[in-house]
Amino acid sequence: MNKTVNQKAWFLVLPVLILVAFSAVIPLMTVVNYSVQDSFGNNQFFWAGLEWFEQMLHDDRMWNALQRQLMFSGIILAIEVPLGVYVALNMPKSGFWASFCLVVMSLPLLIPWNVVGTIWQVFGRVDIGLLGYTLDKLGIDYNYTQDSFDAWVTIIAMDVWHWTSLVALLAYAGLKSIPDAYYQAAKIDQASRWAVFRYIELPKMMGVLMIAILLRFMDSFMIYTEPFVVTGGGPGNATTLLSIDLVKMALGQFDLGPAAAFSIMYFLVILAISWVFYTVMTNLDKKGG
Amino acid sequence: MARITLDNLAHSYLPNPKSEDDFALKELNHDWEDGAAYALLGSSGCGKSTLLNIISGLLNPSQGRILFDGQDMTQATTAERNIAQVFQFPVVYDTMTVRDNLAFPLRNRGEDPAYVAARVQEIAAMIGMEATLDHKARGLTADAKQKISLGRGMVRKDVNALLFDEPLTVIDPHMKWELRTQLKKLHHEFGHTMIYVTHDQTEALTFADKVVVMYDGRVVQIGTPEELFERPAHTFVGYFIGSPGMNVIPAQIEGRRAIVHGTEMDLADGYGPVNGKTAIGIRPEFARLSSDTGLPVKVRRVEDVGRHKLVRAELFGQEINIVAGEDDRIGPDMTRVWFDPAHVNVYADDWRVAPQGRAA
Repeated sequence: MNKTVNQKAWFLVLPVLILVAFSAVIPLMTVVNYSVQDSFGNNQFFWAGLEWFEQMLHDDRMWNALQRQLMFSGIILAIEVPLGVYVALNMPKSGFWASFCLVVMSLPLLIPWNVVGTIWQVFGRVDIGLLGYTLDKLGIDYNYTQDSFDAWVTIIAMDVWHWTSLVALLAYAGLKSIPDAYYQAAKIDQASRWAVFRYIELPKMMGVLMIAILLRFMDSFMIYTEPFVVTGGGPGNATTLLSIDLVKMALGQFDLGPAAAFSIMYFLVILAISWVFYTVMTNLDKKGG
Repeated sequence: MARITLDNLAHSYLPNPKSEDDFALKELNHDWEDGAAYALLGSSGCGKSTLLNIISGLLNPSQGRILFDGQDMTQATTAERNIAQVFQFPVVYDTMTVRDNLAFPLRNRGEDPAYVAARVQEIAAMIGMEATLDHKARGLTADAKQKISLGRGMVRKDVNALLFDEPLTVIDPHMKWELRTQLKKLHHEFGHTMIYVTHDQTEALTFADKVVVMYDGRVVQIGTPEELFERPAHTFVGYFIGSPGMNVIPAQIEGRRAIVHGTEMDLADGYGPVNGKTAIGIRPEFARLSSDTGLPVKVRRVEDVGRHKLVRAELFGQEINIVAGEDDRIGPDMTRVWFDPAHVNVYADDWRVAPQGRAA
């Protein structure tokens, strides 16, 4: 077959190119621009090379924030994924209660981030918050504004409350797609409940579960609004996650150079982790095909 | 191994069935003899799978009892019934190897590992999958997966019955024949009671000692392939078995004579008064074209199907089929059809009427 060569076809790609340029490439290049220059008042810029990168890499501040960030993402994944799967397994399969559960579980997903933050900020307050007040009256020493452990518990509980539904809904969709014959065959083969989960439900859920993990990881790795509203990164720097730290640096201190270098490294980390996820997922698919 | 008795069994998927139409499986009494091979034949949606699932315990019947060797098992779990069942679409445990798949039912029963290994080898040889034993089950073709399902069904020796729910649907024709042969061999060797659901008459007739024909939630006939062919108890059996099916022609029955649209013909036996919607049924194999005897027909079409010719003809405005020999001459003078009286059955309201002085 003869292939027609028509260079004009490139014009068809142009709209996408322009769109991507404006939405991603140009803003990113601005950041790159800042990261290699030092700025003074009056819009004076001086070439700084990789100085900012070097400085950031030798600074404990970014490393500490990264450590906190990884801990946060790790903990919420360790809670939300098993919990979401557990919830999905116990949801009714059909009928009124199935729809009811779906609606109730979707509710937290619809609430805007800063509203979620505000809800938990108030909820946890010792003076007027239902949770804080109750714990206080029960004699449990809880104060998320002063105790860093309590602050962590609060933001993790908030994230679990907000996002477990997403994992549960995805897992539920995965479960629903399993034909009845699998369960019937398992009964005939006298498989235990655990074996049914391990050999039927889990493998069939793996695809959607990987997507859930990826989504939850990315989202939690970039989280800003909710913890910021609740703790503002405190007490001290206890809950200063990467985004919060970055904003503090860029807007609070107006250190544009280091902040830009920080941004780029942050972006590269996310890119690298996404790539790992992508590779793992496509490998799973290949094995599945 | 056990004799399985269905006692007044019926099932409806509705919570409060009112009329008989609400029942997917209408009231049924039947003994499945120990060690026999049955085929459950019928068109889609006639209740075959429902019946199978009730026997294996996946479904609780709305009424009636199931007895294994006289012992009531209606409320027993699938595990207690110890039955193996193979489904229409392949069910394999994706993350396991073929070997683990085959071993799964045995391991779940806590069998000795050495026995499991030996038994898996045996079954793998039977389904021709020895070479792929250590492959993961995912990624295999549909028919390989179905072979694994079959293998898992056959791996337990002590089962009370082996149930197959259209297991060869996804398998290619050559393998189909081979697997069916394997199943028959297995049946001869171990003498399990086997119930094989299918809508393919060839499959049913070649597999089973006895064929159970179901129609609209009801068992209409149970018999050997020969009985089903010679004396279909219901016009549905006549249509469904045979290729093409039986011709059913409305007729009045008077003693030893049938009157078809005012034309008389003789019957082999006498009948008492027959009421209702009466008809005669004649298989195309027992109808002959003739130039002088029989009922008047117009030949519409002749199809040569190789071993014989298939004649489509019109009898009083109704299309009938006639099988003619490969060398028979079919000329313009063939204006009559003759029905061999010995093979004419009489039906009233679709059910066969036994001639007087003879049992059905």
